[in-house]
Amino acid sequence: MPLNPEYVGRVYGPGEPYEVSRVKIADFAKAIGDSSELCRNREAAVKAGYPDVIAPPTFAIVISMAAAGQANSDPGLGLDYSMVVHGEQSFAHARPLHAGDVVVATTTIESIKSVGAMSMLVTSTDIATVEGEHVCTARSTLVERGGS
Amino acid sequence: MSVSYADVEPGTELPARSYRVTRLDLVKYAGASGDFNPIHWSDRVATSVGLPSVIAHGMYTMAQAGKFVTEWAGDPGAVTDFGVRFSAMVPVPDDAPPSGSTGGATIEFTGKVLEKLEGNKVTVDIVAKAAGAKVLTRARATVRLP
Repeated sequence: MPLNPEYVGRVYGPGEPYEVSRVKIADFAKAIGDSSELCRNREAAVKAGYPDVIAPPTFAIVISMAAAGQANSDPGLGLDYSMVVHGEQSFAHARPLHAGDVVVATTTIESIKSVGAMSMLVTSTDIATVEGEHVCTARSTLVERGGS
Repeated sequence: MSVSYADVEPGTELPARSYRVTRLDLVKYAGASGDFNPIHWSDRVATSVGLPSVIAHGMYTMAQAGKFVTEWAGDPGAVTDFGVRFSAMVPVPDDAPPSGSTGGATIEFTGKVLEKLEGNKVTVDIVAKAAGAKVLTRARATVRLP
């Protein structure tokens, strides 16, 4: 089934606030093999000019993927997740996420294209603090293979 | 030991890096990221959908590309804009297969400064290869340097 083109422009969220924690940042940094002290040691991060330990640049996927999942799993959109591969990803950071940030994410379906049996879905997730400060825009392209 | 804005010019190469990835790394990444798609940890599921074996999360590879750049810049917060296209999968063979090889996979990174921008920022083009194949294309980061 092709994706429903009428879903372009739909907005999902903002969802529940997500609190960025030191432990979660340290776990993520460890999982990707990033040994920077700025992801683990608050004093080092403060010395470098940050309010608290900071997240590596792709940490925002933890927040954006959960938010975009609301759009991707909308039954009316018609995405078959078992046929999906991640095509492209980008992040535009106004600043690094840091421990203590409490953020909400809002996802917009930017475009839907079908080329033969392939469909491409572009979503954009805006991550902002609960106070309204924009922190990051994460843009994701999912490719649905095959189908008919 | 990190670079400074004054030190670099268009064409300046980043020190090449190779990062080893094993099944354990993928399991850790699944837990840390919340992406539990079984094609990243179950050979049974991966081969049932036509993959050669478990493959790395695309976002794991992107995270390695980010690390490649932020280690050079000396600050994980230095990357402002960062985008990639996933162009090939990274199969990650089991750690101790019957063949006796060491298993796992290696992702090799090279990169160079494309241009210098205002505000002590530079754009960096990143090349990522695994088993000779380019696994990322259009991989570019904007990085603020000291």
